[in-house]
Amino acid sequence: MFKLSSDGEAFVQSELKRYETKESAIIPSLYRVQKENGGWVSPDCIQYLSTLMDIPASRINEVFQFYTMFNKEPVGKFHVQVCCNVACCMAGSREMIDKLCEDYGVEEGEVTSDKRFTFTRVECLGACDKAPMMQVNETYHEGLTMDSAKKILRELK
Amino acid sequence: MAEVKILTEHYHDDNYRTVDGYLAKNGYEMLKKALKMQPTEIITLVKDAGLRGRGGAGFPTGMKWSFLPNNGEERYLLCNADEGEPCTFKDRMMMERAPHQLIEGMIISAFAVQSKKSYIYIRGEYFYAADVLRKAIKEAYDKGFLGKNILGSGFSHDLDVYCGAGAYICGEETGMISSLEGLKGQPKLKPPFPAVKGYLAKPTVVNNVETLASVIYILRDGVQEYRKNGTEKSPGTKLFSVSGDVMKPGNYEVPLGYPLKDLIEKECGGLKPGRKLKAVIPGGTSAPVLTAEEAYKATMDYECLANMKSMLGSGAITIIDDTRCMVDLLGVITHFYHHESCGQCTPCREGTGWLNKIVRSIHAGNATVNDIDTLCKVADNMKGRTICALSDAAALPVLSFVPKFRSEFEYYIREGKSQVRGISYAQMHH
Repeated sequence: MFKLSSDGEAFVQSELKRYETKESAIIPSLYRVQKENGGWVSPDCIQYLSTLMDIPASRINEVFQFYTMFNKEPVGKFHVQVCCNVACCMAGSREMIDKLCEDYGVEEGEVTSDKRFTFTRVECLGACDKAPMMQVNETYHEGLTMDSAKKILRELK
Repeated sequence: MAEVKILTEHYHDDNYRTVDGYLAKNGYEMLKKALKMQPTEIITLVKDAGLRGRGGAGFPTGMKWSFLPNNGEERYLLCNADEGEPCTFKDRMMMERAPHQLIEGMIISAFAVQSKKSYIYIRGEYFYAADVLRKAIKEAYDKGFLGKNILGSGFSHDLDVYCGAGAYICGEETGMISSLEGLKGQPKLKPPFPAVKGYLAKPTVVNNVETLASVIYILRDGVQEYRKNGTEKSPGTKLFSVSGDVMKPGNYEVPLGYPLKDLIEKECGGLKPGRKLKAVIPGGTSAPVLTAEEAYKATMDYECLANMKSMLGSGAITIIDDTRCMVDLLGVITHFYHHESCGQCTPCREGTGWLNKIVRSIHAGNATVNDIDTLCKVADNMKGRTICALSDAAALPVLSFVPKFRSEFEYYIREGKSQVRGISYAQMHH
């Protein structure tokens, strides 16, 4: 059964009081849970949050399901999100993610066998002047070439 | 003509993002000035300056502010920093390089509309910008620019950052309000407009990052000086995010009314060697595409682009040269809107899916020429029938790409491959 750290629980409690309505704390709390649960939110986590926040699980679940940044399935330690919207496509991002998936031997959305990587296509991340780009967890990497992207991934610790 | 740096004058200075760096460039001076004015005086100034919303709709800001009812209810100010319109990246730069500029603009605006609480709703992916803002907000509290009795004026204001979690639709103001309320980010029926019933059903003003920052310079320079840039109906300068096939993509601040041709050829260094302009998307992917001929005649202001049956939108300009296939790009665009439809209105939920399905069937080589008409018919039926503008935003690219570049679509259907690139997209995602 999932449980937040005591810091995590304190965070959720403070978020519950931070906004005008306690439901506004759902998104920040889901972020926290996702972080402490290794990058995704399991059904277990929703039940846990429901009890902790005293908000029905169905209510938390509908918010969880709506937003793309909450992962519905496990992801690798490094979630590599490659923008495949207009400017990045024009700069070769589709070929880039295809090649990366091939190199790491996974389909999009799968976790590599060493649990290090998941590759996902995402929509515009607002870095179009430095296309193509990818976001690895919380960090943007812009102005990529195939080689620089590979190098960045190789060097991730 | 050339760039006119009003908002971006000090963006090259790394220290500008700290409160001391900002103060060194006369930061927060206009806040001091504003707090000595009458709130209605500021609203009048913004109205007279003709400032129009920089997020996409171009609605007059001062007018938006004056819609707030005088019923004694608590008012909220929300900054829309959910920059999601594809190919737009100006707000991100503003927040990362000049967080105090946004904060100062927000406090002045909050004072003008007499709001005690505001939020910056920032898209979830902008982790770094949100961090920069949080640090800056803390600095602003420490200096007494936020909190109780700001600079002894008797005016109190609290400002907080709220991070979205990945949903284009939350850039729509009522979708954003739903999200901030802890709901799915689904837009709400208007009327009532947010000014009357917004966040928690209280009177609420929602303004874009660039709009709020612009208020500072209207106060600083006065209406006449502010109006020296831009056109009669589109006063001031605006940031344009230029991406795609130019030598120097990036954000450029130019007066509204600036010739698109100059922006491409002077500021952005022109096209890549040997390439020819084919098309320009002038205001984010929702904006109807312009042919090269139209683009070379366009000036970047609200009225010129509206006359060309397109729009200025968020100021995101995507340059497309003659090596690009319009059948491919429309696939990327229709996929996006299908992915981002919130699903509450049938014409949008189903229509965006059908648009993408038909374009994909063209890519796969399974379409007939009749499907081109079906595509346009579906798009046409999606316009003006839904709660928010996403459905129209999905329809408009189709209704401009197809008629303006119809021969490329017909060629692909006939030959099973792209006229420009000579390849089939049957195996390609999107």
